[in-house]
Amino acid sequence: MALLEIENLVVEFQTASGPFRAVDGVSLNVNKGEVLAIVGESGSGKSVSMLAAMGLLPWTANVTADRLTFDGRNLLTMSAADRRKIVGKEIAMIFQEPIASLNPCFTVGFQIEEVLRVHLRLDRSARRKRAIELFEAVGIPDPAERLRHFPHQMSGGQCQRVMIAIALACNPKLLIADEPTTALDVTIQKQILDLLMKLQAEHGMGLIMITHNMGVVAETADRVVVQYKGRKIEEADVLSLFESPKSNYTRALLAALPENATGDRLPTISELFNDQQILEGASR
Amino acid sequence: MTHVLEARNLMRDYHVPGSLFRKARTVHALKGVSFKLDEGKTLAIVGESGCGKSTLGRILTLIDPATSGELLIDGRKVDIATERLTPEMRRKVQIVFQNPYGSLNPRQKIGDILAEPLVINTEVPAAERRDRAMAMLKKVGLEEKHYNRYPHMFSGGQRQRIAIARALMLNPKLLVLDEPVSALDLSVQAQVLNLLADLQDEFKLTYVFISHDLSVVRYIANDVMVMYYGEAVEYGSRDEVFSDPQHSYTKTLFAATPRADVASIKARLASKDAA
Repeated sequence: MALLEIENLVVEFQTASGPFRAVDGVSLNVNKGEVLAIVGESGSGKSVSMLAAMGLLPWTANVTADRLTFDGRNLLTMSAADRRKIVGKEIAMIFQEPIASLNPCFTVGFQIEEVLRVHLRLDRSARRKRAIELFEAVGIPDPAERLRHFPHQMSGGQCQRVMIAIALACNPKLLIADEPTTALDVTIQKQILDLLMKLQAEHGMGLIMITHNMGVVAETADRVVVQYKGRKIEEADVLSLFESPKSNYTRALLAALPENATGDRLPTISELFNDQQILEGASR
Repeated sequence: MTHVLEARNLMRDYHVPGSLFRKARTVHALKGVSFKLDEGKTLAIVGESGCGKSTLGRILTLIDPATSGELLIDGRKVDIATERLTPEMRRKVQIVFQNPYGSLNPRQKIGDILAEPLVINTEVPAAERRDRAMAMLKKVGLEEKHYNRYPHMFSGGQRQRIAIARALMLNPKLLVLDEPVSALDLSVQAQVLNLLADLQDEFKLTYVFISHDLSVVRYIANDVMVMYYGEAVEYGSRDEVFSDPQHSYTKTLFAATPRADVASIKARLASKDAA
């Protein structure tokens, strides 16, 4: 049984000009200890489908699915209170903007201990001990001192480490990383990706890596789902995706990478294929 | 032969004023950078945040003066610390910023955004301003109907096209591109890079391309300069720098760049299976 199973997920938003379908029949699953990358450009619905699975979308969103289970439990019929016990504890998420996703008014120590208090009900000294342990695990130097710092006193890379520490606080079974390194420099990106991969292997977590960077996919994923305009275009293991992409869209994406450029011009997706040609290969 | 752009030992210090709790200090953002750039060529400046690449960009664009050192544009020495910037100099250098969502005035129509540089720096009459804005709009791949729209009605790639069009309104010789494609999707990035290449051919433009993305740099640059803590640690032609990096920081940078080729995926999977 897969850790997270999603079947025919549809997410619609009510807008002034009628309903807008952001995710259109996406099915995917993640196994324990597996790294799944979801690739797509902005507007492909990759973040929205994960937010829908976690129940983090605003009330304007209309989420339906044939099946949406985590660890055998049905997320669709679950009460909000029950869901809150899972989200943040068994499913954790880290976001693109590390500095923006931490609360600027509280120390990072307070923010990591809050998770431990709410989900694990640890007492004060146990919280502090665990927080220091977690900061050490994600490679923050001088953790006891750092707990007293505010987010603005730390660099972007350090803040992302704090985010990872908070996400890992309750030993989640599934970690969803939404563009975890997009806002960071390449050298820092490398450090954060190495850290994520190390922690994933140690804890045997399922990891969903949402990204638009094909390099990040190549460096981390076991399996890849390619999305375009809310539809799943292709699903393959990482090697076959890069070696022999099945769909028009994946081929076009790989051709648009500057490092694959052969002539003076980069082939752009809209020159190679129109929407129809991209979507007709979509698997349901 | 004169170079379009020449920098001789440019330095820039920022003075951080002290307060009750903190002593005043000086940040050396740029510690002596020199280079030469010929017409129609592209110099890429690579480095991570805080290395001084944007400070250098601001000096080259004549927004901020250098603390010391010489800046020559078209063989003429320019120092905006001592003399006022003439409209004639402003016409030679223009800049495109990283974030197309922040660099366009949301309350100005596209037509007015494009005509603004002409209003400020030239005495071109209104009718001609309109014609030139319209022509430039088409040049960057947009349509006439876009003239009266507002920035929020465009996608990120289209906005970056608008920002590039605005920079080209004064027919500059030199364009400073500060991370012009790093906020864009892969397919849109390819379109904008193609547009930049086309415009360079057509107008004989010289580019200073500031970026941290080595794959883009390798694609577009003639010369590459790698910066680290305000210093140029590596400077040479693209092939020299990429095939034989000298400085340890350049090597670190190359090693950290994710590789999307089949061979490195195979290597990674093999080492994972072994572990």
